[in-house]
Amino acid sequence: MNLSQDQLRSMYRTMVSIRNFEETVKQAFAKGHIPGFVHLYVGEEAIATGVCSALRASDTITSTHRGHGHCIAKGCDMNSMMAEIYGKATGLCKGKGGSMHIADVGKGMLGANGIVGGGPPLACGAGLTSVVTGSGDVCACFFGDGACEQGTFHESANLAAIWNLPVIFVAENNGYAQSTPASYHCAIENIAERAASYGIPGAVVDGSDVFAVHEAAVEAVKRARAGQGPSLLECKTYRHHGHFEGDQQTYKDDLYKSVSQGKDSIRDFRALVTQHGWFTSEELDAIDGEARQAVEEALAYAESSPLPGVEEVTSDVYVSYP
Amino acid sequence: MAVATAARTITIAEALNESIRLEMRADPKIVIMGEDIAGGAQVEHLEDDEAWGGVMGVTKGLVHEFGRERVLDTPISEAAFIGAAVGAAATGLRPIAELMFCGFLGSCLDSLLNQGSKLRYMFGGKATVPVTIRTMIGGGFRAAAQHAQTLYPMFANIPGLKVVAPSNAADAKGLLTASIRDDDPVIFCEHITMYTMKGEVPGGEHIVPIGKAAVARPGSDVTLLGVSLTAVHALNAAETLAKEGIDAEVIDLRTVSPLDEETILESVKKTGRLVIVDEANPLCGLASHIAGMVASRGFHWLQAPVGMVTAPHSPVPFSPVLEDAYLPNPQKVVAAVKETCSKAS
Repeated sequence: MNLSQDQLRSMYRTMVSIRNFEETVKQAFAKGHIPGFVHLYVGEEAIATGVCSALRASDTITSTHRGHGHCIAKGCDMNSMMAEIYGKATGLCKGKGGSMHIADVGKGMLGANGIVGGGPPLACGAGLTSVVTGSGDVCACFFGDGACEQGTFHESANLAAIWNLPVIFVAENNGYAQSTPASYHCAIENIAERAASYGIPGAVVDGSDVFAVHEAAVEAVKRARAGQGPSLLECKTYRHHGHFEGDQQTYKDDLYKSVSQGKDSIRDFRALVTQHGWFTSEELDAIDGEARQAVEEALAYAESSPLPGVEEVTSDVYVSYP
Repeated sequence: MAVATAARTITIAEALNESIRLEMRADPKIVIMGEDIAGGAQVEHLEDDEAWGGVMGVTKGLVHEFGRERVLDTPISEAAFIGAAVGAAATGLRPIAELMFCGFLGSCLDSLLNQGSKLRYMFGGKATVPVTIRTMIGGGFRAAAQHAQTLYPMFANIPGLKVVAPSNAADAKGLLTASIRDDDPVIFCEHITMYTMKGEVPGGEHIVPIGKAAVARPGSDVTLLGVSLTAVHALNAAETLAKEGIDAEVIDLRTVSPLDEETILESVKKTGRLVIVDEANPLCGLASHIAGMVASRGFHWLQAPVGMVTAPHSPVPFSPVLEDAYLPNPQKVVAAVKETCSKAS
């Protein structure tokens, strides 16, 4: 494994930050402090972390309704994230977008998305910008198994292939499109097999293994940056919570629940790095504490931030509109 | 499941369910499809009452009565299944499809804009497309820009589509039944905040004709016109205004296309003043269309400019403080009525 101590530390910090952030959001939502809908990324931390750790700062990502983890992994500020989820003026989107549209274009995070399958065409656009400007940047396009059944995914994979765009399509297959199992909505077992029909590489990896995800992402990024076009990376994963908070999850069967509970990317990471002697438990505990504190600060920041002024209702619709 | 034969008080969600259930019993050509509308497809332990029945529970229990052959969960493939509903309608079925949020129109626009609405015309009257698309409209859930839109003007702008939007449980049942039986494509708009709203609903068969507005409250001083939730806002505003000596007549449009121009004009003729309440965006919208229609056909009856309470020309914001400022409400209606009533012709 070609990961430095600093990289490993950073990956671990990202995963525990996401976990802490999401569990904190869950509690705040249950208390009625967060308006609207929230969709939590718990269980899928290794995917955003493994992929984004293979990117550079100027690379871009597109995200989904389950986007908090992608934000954190791409380096978005957690204070501004939490403020956005609270609908505050200090939020990443001034409180106009909320959880489902959280974005930070300056960080290359091109937005969570309320439309399933909304991201892949945007990712092609980001790839085109890279090619035309010669920036060498790549775009990682995150989407769920549900989005794989949208025409936009098929059209975008083909477009990226024929235009040789630097896009990494990352299918986060957590087994359910809302309440509908992938075994029902998808005619094949592995979404990655579809890569063959676009003439691009496809790989299946364990989405709870941050090292496997990272390694596959590094390979796909290398190809994309070298002008060799897009790849499709399917990460098999488990959504630990509901589709949205408040979902009773009656549709999850016992097998899913038991396998899901047994999958924990953070626990596995800890076991591996301590076994190899790369980190001590105490060092990791210290990172846990820092992450917890950062999330607590984010929560306090969001709670104490001002609400947006009503003039914001009609601002930012256009650049100029007489 | 037994359906009551006498009137009783039920929610809008229950009223919709009852309409679909009765129609499916009567007509084997009716199928219903959409994302999670059965819920937990192929999950054995869910062949009981635990399945979702749609995100708002409107279709709950239908799969148990009619089976998975007629109650179809779909992948998240709006272009495919809304298009398939149109295609099935053109070939002999009478499908009901659920487009979960009307903003998802973006994902299936071709099926409605270029196929379903135009087949009959393009084929010289030789195709019939009896499909009903149920879809959620409206704000108030803090669901932000893509999940809180009110798009009936956009649907109504497409010739070939009928557009319906009930404001109470009885009309929800009666208009949905009429929509399912209608031989043209109907977009049936359900407001996201209204599913739990209760009202008295007739048992058994109940039909409210498409294209007929209701005088929800008779009055003499000013006409308040709303549709879906804004009809409720208008009724609430009328109560407040009554205490202040203004006797408002409330028209509940019920159908956006075809538009019941006569009921609107008759009311304006009586009151001489009109305030339109519309949650949709204003540019080329429902309120401006009706104002134009009244200016064109009833100008001589108007004693004051037509008042309009609409959403602004912006997407729906997330933050509750912004969304509340964005949406029409009874207070805004009262203020608009007072302004209209203060103006002389």
